[in-house]
Amino acid sequence: MAFLNTSRTRAEQYDAVVVGSGAAGGMAAWALARKGAKVLMLESGRNYEPPKETPMFLSFADAPLRGAGTPEKPGGFFHANIGGWAMPDEPYVVRSKSKGNWHEAAPDNRMTTDQNFMWWRGRMLGGRTNHWGRVSLRMGPLDFKPRSTDGLGFDWPISYDDIAPWYDKVDQLVGIFGSKEGLENNPDSDYFLPAPKPRAYELLLQRAGKKLGIPVVSSRMAILTKPLNGRAACFYATSCSRGCAIGANFQSTTVLIPPALATGNLDVLTDAHVREVTVDESGKATGVHFIDKKTGREEHVSAKLVILGASSCETGRILLNSKSNRFPTGLGNSTGHLGRWLTDSTGSGLGGRIPILENIPLHNEDGVSTMHTYAPWTPTMQKAATKLGVPRGYYMAWSGGRQMPDLGSASEISGLVGNSYGSKYKQEARRYFGSFIDLHARGEMIPNEKSFMEIDPEKKDRWGVPVARFNFEWSDHEIKQAAHMQKTFAEMIEGAGGIVSKAPESDGRKAMTAGGSVNHEMGVARMSASAKDGVTNPWGQLWDCPNVMVADGAVFCSNPFKNPTISILALAWRGCEHLFDEVKKGNL
Amino acid sequence: MTPLSRREAIRRILVASAIIGSFDGIVLSDEAKRIGFDPDLLKKEIPWPRIMTEAEKASTTALVDILLPADELGPAASAVGVPDFIDEWISAPYDSQVKDRDVIRPGLDWLDKESKRAHGGTFASLKPEQQIAVVDSILVEGSPQNKAAGKFFRLMRDRAGAGYFTTQEGWKTLGYTGNLPSPEFAGPPAEAIKHIGL
Repeated sequence: MAFLNTSRTRAEQYDAVVVGSGAAGGMAAWALARKGAKVLMLESGRNYEPPKETPMFLSFADAPLRGAGTPEKPGGFFHANIGGWAMPDEPYVVRSKSKGNWHEAAPDNRMTTDQNFMWWRGRMLGGRTNHWGRVSLRMGPLDFKPRSTDGLGFDWPISYDDIAPWYDKVDQLVGIFGSKEGLENNPDSDYFLPAPKPRAYELLLQRAGKKLGIPVVSSRMAILTKPLNGRAACFYATSCSRGCAIGANFQSTTVLIPPALATGNLDVLTDAHVREVTVDESGKATGVHFIDKKTGREEHVSAKLVILGASSCETGRILLNSKSNRFPTGLGNSTGHLGRWLTDSTGSGLGGRIPILENIPLHNEDGVSTMHTYAPWTPTMQKAATKLGVPRGYYMAWSGGRQMPDLGSASEISGLVGNSYGSKYKQEARRYFGSFIDLHARGEMIPNEKSFMEIDPEKKDRWGVPVARFNFEWSDHEIKQAAHMQKTFAEMIEGAGGIVSKAPESDGRKAMTAGGSVNHEMGVARMSASAKDGVTNPWGQLWDCPNVMVADGAVFCSNPFKNPTISILALAWRGCEHLFDEVKKGNL
Repeated sequence: MTPLSRREAIRRILVASAIIGSFDGIVLSDEAKRIGFDPDLLKKEIPWPRIMTEAEKASTTALVDILLPADELGPAASAVGVPDFIDEWISAPYDSQVKDRDVIRPGLDWLDKESKRAHGGTFASLKPEQQIAVVDSILVEGSPQNKAAGKFFRLMRDRAGAGYFTTQEGWKTLGYTGNLPSPEFAGPPAEAIKHIGL
């Protein structure tokens, strides 16, 4: 078993078919294949090989337009993603905020867009794990029980204690650096790899945090600072957003898929675009229908288990499109919860400049490319925020300092250097280089009635599959939270001896990223304690059809300020082992 | 990506035909000129044709070398490919770059006209002190030259600077010393910590 060149060479029947190859799909395929199950992984995008394709060490002068983002490569030329905000072959439908009408989504700026929602897709083996931010934060005990805590949002049917052993396993497999801090609701790991030291500007932010009572601690990243499981450690050059040729960070394509293939139990088929899950008369899933994008042909593969890890909204779309006599409104939708409770992280940012960093003695502060420190939110901070009408928190993170010069390296100094040119201009550029910082935050959104996905009544993609349509609104909770972020950014920048690039925005709406655009879209097939309250059971199996498991972020009941990837990995692993045991016991 | 509106498609064809001086009736395929969704990241290939005329190239070269001359901080902009980058940039089919094109090309045209008016020759043909005089005239607040070309000057400096600082020579100018593999991240050296007062 191995990579299949064509859908014609696949087996007739598999124990499991896994849809998607990112955090959820990669984990599901590995977790099942290592147990001995015969697995077929279907990926809608192309094959992708990080060791051969990653632009390690290249400068932006080695890229067209000095690496600028373009509509087809919105993360910049070197960004390890194929897809982005809008793909002509796979449209989706959004609402115009100003006009109220539905229209096909276009590539847009997430701060200024008029679209109510933006949906980022990764069409390549490994999906979005190839470029993700590597931020690896465990959800805490309170994050699983928000409704019990203050009456807002929904409780999960599981608790931190249920998932903690799986976080431990994930940490040992993936490799996460961090430091033990003992901060409430921000669980530490016994398996943290050593964290890299803070950069100069981060030391200044740490000092600011101290003054403000905001903890600034080591970040937690899926980046190896020591070799692990045959993978090399980070060599502190090249941005992780380009992926990693040596596998020093977590990508499904370097950490999960190779060992899964090595078991001999996995087949991988790329360019396979799944239309729907098929069911028999009794309502049991029989496999999936997909389109072989290379031939344009409709194909069907039979499997005893179907694992969906296509990304939350793609999984939602597949289930909503899986209509049958038995399940006329889509598979898993007998309660009407399918597609609902869509959330994303909130996001906001503010820039600044720290004059004391000017003319600092030259040194290399590339580090792991992302932040080495961050400021998590604690229950103590929540108490103060609750009094201001902000019920949920966020973490702050940053970039800046002496990063590899890019397109912005000239425009960021434009307002500081007057009309200078010539040698004077070069001296000024040298003086200011590395003195800029950008703060951003990722916060929790509470699920609401107005945010959900559905199938567009008319539009179909290139392969005739009905497309997704998004309803999305932030509530006052999130808008007030964004204003709180802005105020705190300014306090942090000023506390670090810096000057804000502009006044913090007091109207949160004007400083927020568009819904979906933080790429933490969660929900739409939430898990529940009882069959009447959700789409899946606490293991991710559809209540309506237990041989289908949702392995990705669609099952999330809350979307706290903890980037979801390691939680998806932990839940997918836990769910697949459970499913395997159920099969062994003859329960499926 | 999103299909061009018919009006925009026609506008671009007209712009292109004006540039190449003739229009042979072939509808330009916008798709073919783009970077696309899945380029080879290890190869720098510019799929769109360059649009700068020889005259524009000459003015650009002279101007970027005034903005970023050879000195103890590094070579002149033209020695590290900045004029070609400006051409690549303003020739690109994307909205952001088209917006810059609409400032830079008229700016270059103005630069030659102004040079002829004030000194009797194209900008590139002037003596260095005459070129400096033209540039300085732009920087006089409220002058007709400032009104005509102030925005152009700033934009050219931003884009030339971006083109320059992203090269390895430009890294040296700024004092960027990274992009080197190392077994560990040492953190800021003692003298840097001292510099920031910690």
